[in-house]
Amino acid sequence: MAVHASNGAHDLEVRVSQLLKARSDVDPRQLIEAVEAIMATAQGDLSSANLKLYAEIESLAHYIQNARSEIASLRPDEITDEHLPAAGEELEAIVGATEQATNSIMEAVEAIEAVAAELPPEQAERITNAVTSVYEACGFQDITGQRISKVVNALRHIESKVQALLIAFGGDALPKPAAKKGSKRADGKDRPDEHLMNGPQNAAEAISQDDIDALLASFD
Amino acid sequence: MAAVDMNMPILIVDDYKTMLRIIRNLLKQLGFDNVDEATDGSAALQRLRDKPYSLVISDWNMEPMSGLQLLKEVRADSRLKELPFIMITAESKSENVVAAKQAGVTNYIVKPFNAATLKTKLSAVIGNF
Repeated sequence: MAVHASNGAHDLEVRVSQLLKARSDVDPRQLIEAVEAIMATAQGDLSSANLKLYAEIESLAHYIQNARSEIASLRPDEITDEHLPAAGEELEAIVGATEQATNSIMEAVEAIEAVAAELPPEQAERITNAVTSVYEACGFQDITGQRISKVVNALRHIESKVQALLIAFGGDALPKPAAKKGSKRADGKDRPDEHLMNGPQNAAEAISQDDIDALLASFD
Repeated sequence: MAAVDMNMPILIVDDYKTMLRIIRNLLKQLGFDNVDEATDGSAALQRLRDKPYSLVISDWNMEPMSGLQLLKEVRADSRLKELPFIMITAESKSENVVAAKQAGVTNYIVKPFNAATLKTKLSAVIGNF
């Protein structure tokens, strides 16, 4: 059933003013243009097709608003500002730690190999073969390092995509969710062991054993 | 066939110092002790232009110049174009091997590798030793 234009226009004006009150971030000019465009196509009457189109636009506005709320609840700012950089730093620390350990192993077996040269040939050969196996195994550091670098690059890519998503949805205009209470497990439940989750520190932030000993000694 | 010169100068190139150390030690075990190092393609190219080498053993993934680019530069250089060049890399996709072959690689070793593989590939390039 067609609706008379004057009634339809009045209804639309009411709806527009309601929308503007509810969503201050909507550009009124764009909204007015959209409504005028719909009105222009009505040429005096709003057909059921026009009303359906209007309903679709309204539904789309609701959908976008819901999406904004859901994205905000995911705390994308935390993902880009904390979680992803922290994960990258931890992975880079793994590369550094394995490199350091591998060099220590290499130094030790090089010393063993040097001693082997002074032994009778049969014993020297047995030791050299074992040393060779250690050298071969130490290649893991290169392989794992390259794999971890790929993961770090993937994290950077995800970070840039999340930032792009933030910008697309208005960045600062995203509704602010309630302050977080604590970190969550993968199943979404709060972690009761959060206070224990320090793990190995990054070298730049860590204090040395000497620092710890000095600290302990300061209590004596 | 002429005997292999065990004192031949060899340049090894890798951005992981651990891997340079591994290759150097394995070469030493095989009897090759005249080994220099570079940590990327551009540094390696400079060394190759400064001093004559008999063999290059290079990684692929390095910045700023990759092993593949180094190989292309070597093959494009009239003084270096005949230099034996072994690529030693974790890049094991067939397209990588093809790209290296098309660029003129002499042989190709996939990481992780062992001493026996290194010896086999060296023998294939410079002759049995």
